[in-house]
Amino acid sequence: MVKQIRVFIDGHHYYVPEKTTILDAAKMAGINIPTLCYYKGLNEIGACRVCVVQVEGYDRLFTACNNTVKEDMVIWTNSKKVRDARKLNVQMILSQHNDNCTLCERSGCCSLQKIANDLGLRDNPFKKKLPENKGNPNFPLIRDYQKCIKCMRCIQVCDKIQASHIWDVVNTGGRVNVDVRDVYSLEDSNCALCGQCITHCPVGALHERDDTERVLDAISDPDTVVVAQIAPSIRTSWGEPFGLPRHKATIQRLAEALHLIGFNYIMDTDFSADLTIMEEAKEFLDQYTHKDEHKFPMFTSCCPGWVRYCKAHYPQFVDQISTSKSPQGMFGAIAKSYYAQLLDIDPHHIYVVSIMPCLAKKAECALPTLKDACGDPDVDVVLTTREIDSMIRSFSIMPNSIGERALDLPLGIGSGAGNIFGATGGVMEAALRTAYYYVTGKNPDPDAFKNVRGMKGWKESTFDLAGNEVKVAVVNGLGNAKHLLDELAAGRVSYDFVEVMACPGGCVGGGGQPFTNDEFKAPERAEVLYEQDRANTLRFSHENPSIKDVYEHFLGEPGSELAEKLLHTDQHGWKMPQEK
Amino acid sequence: MSRLSIVTKDHAEETVEELYKDLERRIQASQPGLCPVDLAASFLNLTHAQSCGKCTPCRVGLGVLEDLIHDVLDGKATMETLSLIETTAESIFTTADCAIGSEAARMVLKGVRGFRDDYVEHIEHGRCLNVQNQPVPCVAQCPAQVDIPGYIALVHDHRYSDAVALIRKDNPFPAVCGLICEHPCEVRCRRTMVDDPINIRGLKRFAVEHQEHEPTFPKYDPTHKKVAIIGGGPSGLSAAFYLSIMGHEVTVYEQRHQLGGMLRYGIPAYRLPREELDHEIDVLKQTGFTTKTDVSIGKDVSLKELDENYDAIYVAIGAHNDRKIGIDGEDADGVVSAVEMLREIGDDHMPDFTGLDICVVGGGNVAMDVARSAIRLGAKSVKVVYRRRKVDMTALPEEVEGAIADGCEIVELHAPVRIEKDENNHVTGLVAQPQIVGEIKWGRPAPKKAQAEEVTIPCDRVLVAIGQGIDSQSFGDFGIPIQRGRLEALDTSDVKDKQGFFAGGDCVTGPATVIRAIAAGKVAAANIDEYLGYQHEIKVDIDIPRVRFDDHVPCGRVNMKERSPKERIHDFKLMECGMSEEEADQESARCLHCDHFGYGIFKGGRRRKW
Repeated sequence: MVKQIRVFIDGHHYYVPEKTTILDAAKMAGINIPTLCYYKGLNEIGACRVCVVQVEGYDRLFTACNNTVKEDMVIWTNSKKVRDARKLNVQMILSQHNDNCTLCERSGCCSLQKIANDLGLRDNPFKKKLPENKGNPNFPLIRDYQKCIKCMRCIQVCDKIQASHIWDVVNTGGRVNVDVRDVYSLEDSNCALCGQCITHCPVGALHERDDTERVLDAISDPDTVVVAQIAPSIRTSWGEPFGLPRHKATIQRLAEALHLIGFNYIMDTDFSADLTIMEEAKEFLDQYTHKDEHKFPMFTSCCPGWVRYCKAHYPQFVDQISTSKSPQGMFGAIAKSYYAQLLDIDPHHIYVVSIMPCLAKKAECALPTLKDACGDPDVDVVLTTREIDSMIRSFSIMPNSIGERALDLPLGIGSGAGNIFGATGGVMEAALRTAYYYVTGKNPDPDAFKNVRGMKGWKESTFDLAGNEVKVAVVNGLGNAKHLLDELAAGRVSYDFVEVMACPGGCVGGGGQPFTNDEFKAPERAEVLYEQDRANTLRFSHENPSIKDVYEHFLGEPGSELAEKLLHTDQHGWKMPQEK
Repeated sequence: MSRLSIVTKDHAEETVEELYKDLERRIQASQPGLCPVDLAASFLNLTHAQSCGKCTPCRVGLGVLEDLIHDVLDGKATMETLSLIETTAESIFTTADCAIGSEAARMVLKGVRGFRDDYVEHIEHGRCLNVQNQPVPCVAQCPAQVDIPGYIALVHDHRYSDAVALIRKDNPFPAVCGLICEHPCEVRCRRTMVDDPINIRGLKRFAVEHQEHEPTFPKYDPTHKKVAIIGGGPSGLSAAFYLSIMGHEVTVYEQRHQLGGMLRYGIPAYRLPREELDHEIDVLKQTGFTTKTDVSIGKDVSLKELDENYDAIYVAIGAHNDRKIGIDGEDADGVVSAVEMLREIGDDHMPDFTGLDICVVGGGNVAMDVARSAIRLGAKSVKVVYRRRKVDMTALPEEVEGAIADGCEIVELHAPVRIEKDENNHVTGLVAQPQIVGEIKWGRPAPKKAQAEEVTIPCDRVLVAIGQGIDSQSFGDFGIPIQRGRLEALDTSDVKDKQGFFAGGDCVTGPATVIRAIAAGKVAAANIDEYLGYQHEIKVDIDIPRVRFDDHVPCGRVNMKERSPKERIHDFKLMECGMSEEEADQESARCLHCDHFGYGIFKGGRRRKW
């Protein structure tokens, strides 16, 4: 039983559990104390000094975010002293922040903008002083040094959640900056491009490279056929900034919006997720039935953030990553071969745009190893969920009032198994559904493998596959991946098959997803995918009619020579900056 | 019309004087890892403000230098800027009319040469080489990384057993360290910026003295791995303590009759009472390690034998050999090394100095220990003969002052030249050459021969305390690398190219402090455990109290008091008095909790286990 203690906040008394922070105690009392650098559970360092409150008996003010209440503590959250201090601190932060809000992608969902507005700041007594450092505009992830407010959240998420240690404080005193650790530029670093630093940034100091103009150029070229593929997780999140309710934020409505923008064909990465399953499940079974010839576990390959991380930090495991391309890669290769044949057009005139929740996909599509269909890059450009949303806004499209549009065939058909790729555990579950079919010739109960669902960072399960025990693990978030790899390396755990997703919660928590006001939305977004899986008449990748067609008329069978050429890749075919 | 007036300070001057003191304390508490170029610019700014403005190099030159260094910091400089900084500073140094200018330029030159790499990093990459990785000053300065803010909070909460248990997670000798630790933790204590450093050692002692119950040590399951530890001093016993908790079978070999090493055979009982030491060792032995005293490795048992019978070996033999002064007459009866004398005292063989005149040669803590022991052994007079000045002694200032209070005389600036003896080969006096203080070399002024006659100090005993050596020969013969008499080990305690061998403490560092020896034992324990294929974690489950709020109102530090000299010089009982509860409450409330406030909460955190 936690002891309840009495505290006085703004003149009223409340009972709260001991060890509650002042911030939470106020929240329980229905009192909001503004915060800026604070991120619950991750960054409770009291750096910005915006959440200061007055505690009777003390001259100095204390931060509400990381200090706890004490019996009979008398707290004032809005005294003149507090308000004046809070304003001055925000003005100090603003003096080192490029507040060109009109040009900032964070405008409207920027914590600093909101606090400055809420506090009613109309001027600033302090001289503007902005750093001159600039991020590389060609890299998928860009730091805007003039916007960084040194809240340290990016460092914390990169260290504590993603175990990547890319960002750090450099210099001391007034010249402190947040910058790349150990090397001098992001492109020389081991960054996995998960993009979590972007979604955890309270301002616009981190953003993806804006590729929307490239897409618009392609759309306006009459000789180019622009094909969009929409990743599973996009349908869970794209409508959030427009306030669309879940039942309206469908992929079909998004397809209509893309059509209005001028995309020629709009199709579904669920299709190529199914294709991934066909190849990866076969690859796994081939290895599993020849256990002596292979090292285990086999790792999934669909998350390029994970592949980058593994290559950079754990090269000894790269050989164990599936050779199957990611669904975006497979889609591109099929679009510029099979689909070009179907349309009877020159594949060089096809321009494939991936709508992905991800920055690592931007780097992936530019890899020299993903040019298998016609010699051009299989995928031309990747847009994040945020970029596609911003494109919709720039066309003044009102998603609430447009209709729905069916996705184009045949690559617009996906099974429920392909659909759940967007959530942690989804790839594993989909693969097991088809592996079971491969082994037994019968479909399992589609929900037979649901143990691997859920937001837990490291899940494990053992399944019976026609009398064989298959031990699997699913990790999401690179910190959990690191933990698992360390345990594997030390020989303390062993698995047959492991799914890794770089972002917490999987793609639904991706670094390219809409901003959430510091809320972890992956669980509710994942629920959308599982709901759609349940409602889908197709629950197995191998039953997708378009998949059957592509094998029957084009690829032959999983693992065929053509499938190897188009759908598989050499994970050693390119290098991370520091990879030997 | 008055011809003269008395100079008085106005309020502004008085305030500036106070600010100077604030700044002095602030610099003293400056944390490591700061950008040296930025600091150089700030110092230069200060020195420029001190310029009277009469002369060009100082008035203009220092400002020019400031601008150039700022160019470096702002990423606007090239390597030519650096050359310009250097030549300008040289010119200011040689042409400034007074020291205000020349010394300012000298500081810049020192920096340009001392941390040139930092200048270059700023010029080439626009950033600093330094990383602030020591956010909690006391923890960072403590070799054993004891959770000091944690136990101070516990002391403040009157949870003394918890405080001691928290200390023991990182340092198995809280009672010993509460009495005799050199407390490097206090050196950069951030409280110094407000008034004075926290009396950390005193609070540790208070916690130990007020424990509510005796500790217990849950152990990991037996691993059946055998570890031999050579040397039963603080380093060896620390390793034995942690390794035993980890479940390993540990045997400590000690060549003397009792355990404790220099704690017993080097530190007099008036600083560390034997019963305290014995009790602490007994507590550690509860973890179940075996001890074999009166066994000398290399003589009674060969290293080869140990190597064959144990899975890992930790060598922590300390530094127990004496050093000779190398002067005529040193072979006389009555010339005793400090090491030898303290060793005898350790086993309760007290020499009788009643009515004797004693000379002590040396200026370190050991010299003070033997001098003060000699007083307690009945000496008529004790003179500490030292070739440098008193202020240049390496002994802690409080030890020197304590020795003087006990009745010792410091004969500074006298270099011993020979020992005179009678026909029976017995000491009759120490002849010393008066010195004059000279140039500063390696941070200390070196003495040189004064134009004065030698003096003879009549005495019956000469106690030689000029350092200790290491008895490393048998280890060298066995193949452990030896460098200038010291065993060579990596900072992980591993002995290079000698699988399963670890070494640490004084035998690796040369004579150092007890806390460094303890830290070496802790590091060795962790790495031996790892070497044996385990990852046992040493941790305690203690809830640290909520952090207190504080307005940083300056308040004096509670210093330790001592028994009056008149009383204490007659016995070997503990000389220092502990704090009262009232004092401990106040002193622990002065802690600024750098673990929570400042960079500590971001990059420091609390290391709950190792």
